[in-house]
Amino acid sequence: MNIVLVGLNHRTAPVELRERLAMDACAPEQAYHDILNRTDFGESIYLSTCNRVEILAATDDMDEAVTQIKSFLASARGLDVETFEDALYVMETREAVRHVFRVASSLDSMVLGEPQILGQLKAAFREAVDNKATGPILNKLMHKSFSTAKRVRTETGVASHAVSISFAAVELARKIFGDLAGRKVLLVGAGEMAELAAEHLRAQGASDIIVANRTLERAVELASRWRGRAAALGELPALLVEADVVVSSTGAPDVVISAEAVRSVLRARRHRPLFFVDIAVPRDVDPAVNRLDNVYLYDIDDLRSVVEENRAAREEEAVRAERIVDEETIKFLGWMETLEVVPTIVALKDKAEHIRRAELSRTLSKLDSEDPDLRRSIEILTESLTHKLLHDPIMFVKNAGRRPKKDFYLDLTRRIFNLNGEAGPKSGTEEKE
Amino acid sequence: MTATLFLRLAAFTYLLGAAGFMVYLIRRNDQAARVATWIIGAGFGLHGLSILLRALASGQLPVLDLIGALGFFAWTLAGVYLVLYWRFGLLILGVFASPLILALVLGAAIIPPGPPQIAPILKSLWLTLHLGTVFTGYAFFGLAFGAGLMYLLQERQIKGKRTGTVYRRLPSLGILDDMNNYCLAIGFPMMTLGIITGAIYAQLTLGTYWRWDPKEVWSLVLWLVYAALLHQRLAVGWRGRRAAIMAVIGFTVLCFTFMGVSLWLPSYHSFESLRQMRVQ
Repeated sequence: MNIVLVGLNHRTAPVELRERLAMDACAPEQAYHDILNRTDFGESIYLSTCNRVEILAATDDMDEAVTQIKSFLASARGLDVETFEDALYVMETREAVRHVFRVASSLDSMVLGEPQILGQLKAAFREAVDNKATGPILNKLMHKSFSTAKRVRTETGVASHAVSISFAAVELARKIFGDLAGRKVLLVGAGEMAELAAEHLRAQGASDIIVANRTLERAVELASRWRGRAAALGELPALLVEADVVVSSTGAPDVVISAEAVRSVLRARRHRPLFFVDIAVPRDVDPAVNRLDNVYLYDIDDLRSVVEENRAAREEEAVRAERIVDEETIKFLGWMETLEVVPTIVALKDKAEHIRRAELSRTLSKLDSEDPDLRRSIEILTESLTHKLLHDPIMFVKNAGRRPKKDFYLDLTRRIFNLNGEAGPKSGTEEKE
Repeated sequence: MTATLFLRLAAFTYLLGAAGFMVYLIRRNDQAARVATWIIGAGFGLHGLSILLRALASGQLPVLDLIGALGFFAWTLAGVYLVLYWRFGLLILGVFASPLILALVLGAAIIPPGPPQIAPILKSLWLTLHLGTVFTGYAFFGLAFGAGLMYLLQERQIKGKRTGTVYRRLPSLGILDDMNNYCLAIGFPMMTLGIITGAIYAQLTLGTYWRWDPKEVWSLVLWLVYAALLHQRLAVGWRGRRAAIMAVIGFTVLCFTFMGVSLWLPSYHSFESLRQMRVQ
């Protein structure tokens, strides 16, 4: 059994093409119905997100499977294979497993380490299971990819550290305050980025939002969205006493919040920490504010360099993450290899059991005695004989699964025990009779 | 001798714990730190047993010589670390606390203990209370110092816009300041109780509450430093950097009071005079 993956992603295909090949999100049943009807491989999963379209299959005949997947994609979307063939990548077993692990760990994402992809992969797997498209191999592969992603997330910093300006501001706020629950956020000016930062802060528990703006109308509008308060810019001195995080983004040409204004409220604030996020250009907050005790100021350039640094850190962490992915890939391939010896072991056991039963019934029918103990003893004797005789060959086959020449060993075993059912001069007990 | 065995076992568990925290620091494996915390907990139990056995044998907490004092301080530090872990869940504090505990206890475990006989004058419940509260207070101040150092370091990172590894590994300023506050809120009453019980004990045995002995003077200085910090915190709302600096200053004075006075200054609190009392 092999695993094959056919797909395209944000690196190989433009968004127009990805859109056209994406699965109809409302009708996964239809997609799986088509896959199951049009193809004859055992297991499949259809992963479709805005950055990738991939089909994963477990099959014996890889070339055939690849052709079938391509024609499925073409017919399901009403396209010619040629229109997207160049953008497709085809990966076989080792590469495919590694790729799935990398995707799950968000190492293949447009924004390295973004967390959504794991959820999307889980959802795709659930759909596949619901539609009975998966089997033991892909199930195991998916579970392993989830645990690999978890390892990557906990053991490396690939997913930590914000890579957007507004989220970097939130992260800083958390490093200053610890818990953001119950903190007051003051928006000075109501730009788009300020809005975004406020949303993030709210998501982290900052419940109270005050919007101060030059035009009160806009302030009221924004404030009502978060059930916050609107205020005029003139009220700033009083508001500075209350606020914990100040996000300023006015279009004012001069400084809106002076160091003196901040210094004068420190005592009234009882020295509670105050964090200024100044995303306005030109800047709204006097840079000298940062020198005050318990007051912190980050302007847009500071935040940008934080984001840059975080990006670089993620790239560095990615090296460690790739190592984890490689480790897990090796482990998974090891499991798959042992899987290949299973049919041989089963055949070996079946054959022995078959012979044992045949010989046992022959012997028992010829036996004069009706003594149940004797009969039972004979039965046990046959059982332990076959078990003990088979023990070494089975161990040999199991170990063969881990050797490079495993095909040779498996073939040898099947030949020695004639497990392929070929007729021969001395092939099995039944024929002898 | 069972006590020594337990002490060595404890030292070994602390070593494992400290190793766990190093793994946590280097490989960023939170699980390692959690396991290490459990190990420190086990070490705390073993160490407690060893102290109990010694106390039962001699009739007094084994803190009257340098070795015993080091070991007992390590034990209270481990206990306070566990309390703070339970209260704040801060794994990084273990990186600071566990090597300190290990160093103290190794010192105590390697040097063989002196004769356990203790002068009858030193067998008193008041003295036990005095020593227990003072050392618990010290341990809280010690970890307040750790939190203070981390605070100062982290504040430098944030103010200086250096958001590198140090910044990422250190906890938030808010938690560190809370911890400073918490340690102070427990350490200070403990220290106060320690001075009061010590005075009562002195009155009972020596006939005076206070003799202006160097140890007493320095303890008073120490008490005043922390009293000032507590006052500023409560009355003015001091927090953050200044509170952290005060915690660091306080601990420096503490170290001198604990070690310097006991070793170098002529004082009836010194290990030397405690030893001579034993010989008498």
